[in-house]
Amino acid sequence: MHHLHKVLAIVAKDLAAELRTREMLSAMFVFALVVILIFNFAFELRAEDQQTLAPGVLWVAITFSGMLGLSRSFIREQDRGSLEGLLLTPVDRGVIFLGKMLGNALFITVVDLIVLPVFVVLFNLSGALIPQLALAIVLGTLGLSGVGTLFSAMAIHTRAREILLPVLLFPLIVPVIISAVKLSAGIIDNLPFAEIQQWFSLLLVFDIVFAVLSFIFFDYVVEE
Amino acid sequence: MTLVGPNGAGKTTLMRILAALSRPTAGRVVLGGCDLALDPTSVRRMIGLVSHRTLLYDDLSGEQNLLFYARMYDVTQPRARIEELLRQMGLWERRRDPVSTYSRGMQQRLAIARAVLHSPSVLLLDEPDAGLDRHATEMLGTLLRQTDLSRRTVLMTTHNLEHAAAWGERIGILVNGQIVFQATRPAIDLTALRAQYDRYASSA
Repeated sequence: MHHLHKVLAIVAKDLAAELRTREMLSAMFVFALVVILIFNFAFELRAEDQQTLAPGVLWVAITFSGMLGLSRSFIREQDRGSLEGLLLTPVDRGVIFLGKMLGNALFITVVDLIVLPVFVVLFNLSGALIPQLALAIVLGTLGLSGVGTLFSAMAIHTRAREILLPVLLFPLIVPVIISAVKLSAGIIDNLPFAEIQQWFSLLLVFDIVFAVLSFIFFDYVVEE
Repeated sequence: MTLVGPNGAGKTTLMRILAALSRPTAGRVVLGGCDLALDPTSVRRMIGLVSHRTLLYDDLSGEQNLLFYARMYDVTQPRARIEELLRQMGLWERRRDPVSTYSRGMQQRLAIARAVLHSPSVLLLDEPDAGLDRHATEMLGTLLRQTDLSRRTVLMTTHNLEHAAAWGERIGILVNGQIVFQATRPAIDLTALRAQYDRYASSA
């Protein structure tokens, strides 16, 4: 409970700071929306079956807009010196990691859940799919945020930090993206849960593995 | 104790090592019987740091900043402690304004409040007077003297010899990572400190 209290304090702090400016949330939202719109228009002219492409479009939008949020997560703290203030506190580095990771996951999920109805309408999908797709988004976002938070902290020590994050992160999150796209495709195709259970389980395993490994390595990344 | 030294002498590096922000390449840091390498959390609890960077969240208000740090340091009765400090620093009326709207002097006063919030036994001041105008610097000196410093070990680095001589009981000169000179007041005054500083800094 003691550690959870501090994890939540970090999430609440990030949320309060973001709600004051809404810089990151609005940028992520607009970016995700634009990606979905561009793909929709582009595929409408050429592709016969848009629904086949829909899961891929959804996860391209989520990954790219999520990257915007992840890249700003630690850069904002580093630029203003507040990261040192956070590292000065007598708090386990793992607690700081979990707080930042949950904050990132929250921001990405909120943006994606707002964009999801637009995606459903543009790709002519049933509104009844929204709750199941939302679950897939939450699971995929957790995987993205786990390893993304670690690499975001790593990238702040480099000169080309905003370029380096996607270069480092994209190859690593391929298993999460594949599982998330397959799971979303199964949901859109109305497959029974037994047929998509393997992707659901795989995504869950990647979430846990990435979060645990990132938790362990975070200490080495933030210490000089 | 105040430490002065030319650029590159190692003042900030020393402060970062003592504050557990950087790992030393050699040697040990022991504070209050706790070895920094073995028990960093206990050492961090004993330390407050004021740097030339405020270490504050610009988008949060002064009160939100202190509340966040109070939670991280497990401060008991945080609201009462925060009100006491904000009133002492003259920031109570502006407590709900974002830190980004504060002047540099106000931000530095809030940074002092953040550093002493958990009543640390060791206060590290890394060039806290950098970038402050004369009025803000005088206020900083007054505040530092008022903030129960007699109950703490205070180590301050500065480029300003006047501040070093006025604010320190012990004064040291750091050159190339070594304390090459130290003296205790009133054995040394500003003129003598300047002479010693010129002697050692020119040989660096």
